[in-house]
Amino acid sequence: MTGPVPAQSEQLSVDAYAAVAGEDVILQLRRLAEPLAGKRVVHVNSTRQGGGVAEILAKMIPLMRDLGLDARWEVITGTPDFFQCTKGFHNALQGDRVEIPDRLLAVYEDVNRQNADALRDVLKDADFVFVHDPQPAPLLHFTGTRSGKWIWRCHIDASRPQRNVWRYLRRFVSGYDASVFSLPAFTQSLPHPQYVIPPSIDPLSDKNRELEPAEVAGVFDRFGIDPDRPMILQVSRYDRFKDPIGVIQAYRMAKRYIPGLQLVLAGGGADDDPEGEAVLAEVRTAANGDPDIHILVLPPDSHMTINALQRAADIVLQKSLKEGFGLTVSEAMWKRKPVIGGNVGGIRLQVINHQTGFLVNSPEGAALRIRYLLHKRDKLEKMGERAREYVRTNFLLTRHLREYLTMMLGLMHGNAPRIELS
Amino acid sequence: MVATGQAAGKPAAFRIKDCSLVSIATGRHAQNLRELRDHLAAVDALCVYNHFWLSRLRPLYDDVEYSNDFAAWAHRALNDDVLGERLSMVDPSMFDDLEELRQEVLDLVETRLDERELVPWARPGHRFDFMHSQMVIFDTRRQIERPEDLPEAVAKLSLGSVFYHALDARRRNPHGWDDFRAWLAGFPEDYSQLFQRLESVDWYFLTLADLRDTLVAVFTEHFGGKRS
Repeated sequence: MTGPVPAQSEQLSVDAYAAVAGEDVILQLRRLAEPLAGKRVVHVNSTRQGGGVAEILAKMIPLMRDLGLDARWEVITGTPDFFQCTKGFHNALQGDRVEIPDRLLAVYEDVNRQNADALRDVLKDADFVFVHDPQPAPLLHFTGTRSGKWIWRCHIDASRPQRNVWRYLRRFVSGYDASVFSLPAFTQSLPHPQYVIPPSIDPLSDKNRELEPAEVAGVFDRFGIDPDRPMILQVSRYDRFKDPIGVIQAYRMAKRYIPGLQLVLAGGGADDDPEGEAVLAEVRTAANGDPDIHILVLPPDSHMTINALQRAADIVLQKSLKEGFGLTVSEAMWKRKPVIGGNVGGIRLQVINHQTGFLVNSPEGAALRIRYLLHKRDKLEKMGERAREYVRTNFLLTRHLREYLTMMLGLMHGNAPRIELS
Repeated sequence: MVATGQAAGKPAAFRIKDCSLVSIATGRHAQNLRELRDHLAAVDALCVYNHFWLSRLRPLYDDVEYSNDFAAWAHRALNDDVLGERLSMVDPSMFDDLEELRQEVLDLVETRLDERELVPWARPGHRFDFMHSQMVIFDTRRQIERPEDLPEAVAKLSLGSVFYHALDARRRNPHGWDDFRAWLAGFPEDYSQLFQRLESVDWYFLTLADLRDTLVAVFTEHFGGKRS
């Protein structure tokens, strides 16, 4: 294990978002940030690449800096045992029965103690410290003295956690000044304010920016997808909670009625997910050599490829069984794609049933909606337009940043329900 | 207070404010109608305000048929459309204070509990979470100098400004006025017809964007000029 890694930040300006979010949104951000100018803000997570948290932080930090905050991003380092333990936490918080041996818990605490030692100078004087997910949660405990506000940001669907695991983690979380969950249903019994702030997508990133038609068409050749036949897509890590096997089942049922149907499963691993290989093997077995099922394993920086695949797809699925938020849902909706999503967690916030897509509870439900949308192209297009506008209003990075700034101002003013800036 | 620096006989410019909201869980949640009643009776009154008014600033689809959170939950989670319809007709602007509003909702919920043989339950994953909020209000440093400028200026308001000046103002101003009427009332001109038009705007079924468009139409009709 090496020491924590300060992540590099690109230069970004909030003004660049005016064209998609509106001038008024940029003005809001600049006014809200004025009282926070110069404040030292540190975000800490456990992976620089792969997964939604790293994607958000890669943009959030430079935008905070552009607004005058002294923001930085630190990434803790860990051992394979550490990540096996934290993957167990992740699964347990999402409701799986998981046994985590004491040996791994000892590794978890030891790794956090070492990271706290390495980061102490940065963390103890920070005005705001955002600690993301369970991996670095004990940093507060091991940092000791501190001067600023510490916020634990939980990105996981923790609506029904395995209780003994939550009880263990709660010891480390309860000392924070606040926590942030993506949905009200994920909040827990904690002795501090629990803010509810959904995540967001960056409309200007390589994953979401507009592409030329030739860039979109490129994925057909590259992956052997027939552009003249319908294609459905799920983009997600190879993780059982994303239910890739259920997606294959839905595809097979729909293909009986739409023989030309093609399925693309596009995913990769995250640095902090040791189970991906095993799930990928299960998916390949389930696909059983079907030439119309394309299982793609993409490196973590394949943002343009994912962008092109989402634009090339007729329908995007996110048939998760548990989902903290599901950034790929908003990504697809931003590209005017209706989403067939699992009726769980943060997907419910994004997919408005029958309006911006469909919420389903089974492979059969997904198959039915695939058939429906591919037979009713006019509905598909209308839903896609609604989906785009819904994301524009609710799930862009600018809204996320505004709510973080509002929360930071709120924490500076105690429990006041209304704060009037002078 | 939106008008400052008032000169003799003429109100000062209308200072445009904006607001940003962040939601906070109270830790109270209801899985059935009886639990909803019990928690509703106990929460801070600002929580009631949150579920009637501030939900306008949260993710919302265009369809605002059930435009307060209690009515929407009765419809979507309890599948009790009778209660949903009754709650959806509760107009929070008709109540002088939040305690009266709370009592009205409690009366409707208890009446429904009396009518039903079984307590209606929400499906798993569809509990009602009682929320409150922190709102940060800030000056945009923009202002409206003359009433004739209202059509153009209102068209450029953010949704936060629309909420603050058109809806939130009703709790702050005498007579339940929005900030526009509170400002116009300081002028010597007769704006009674405009006041009637503003009074008749049924904001309840409008999203904030729709409400902004409606206000622009009302001001344009009164003052003339090109609609944005």
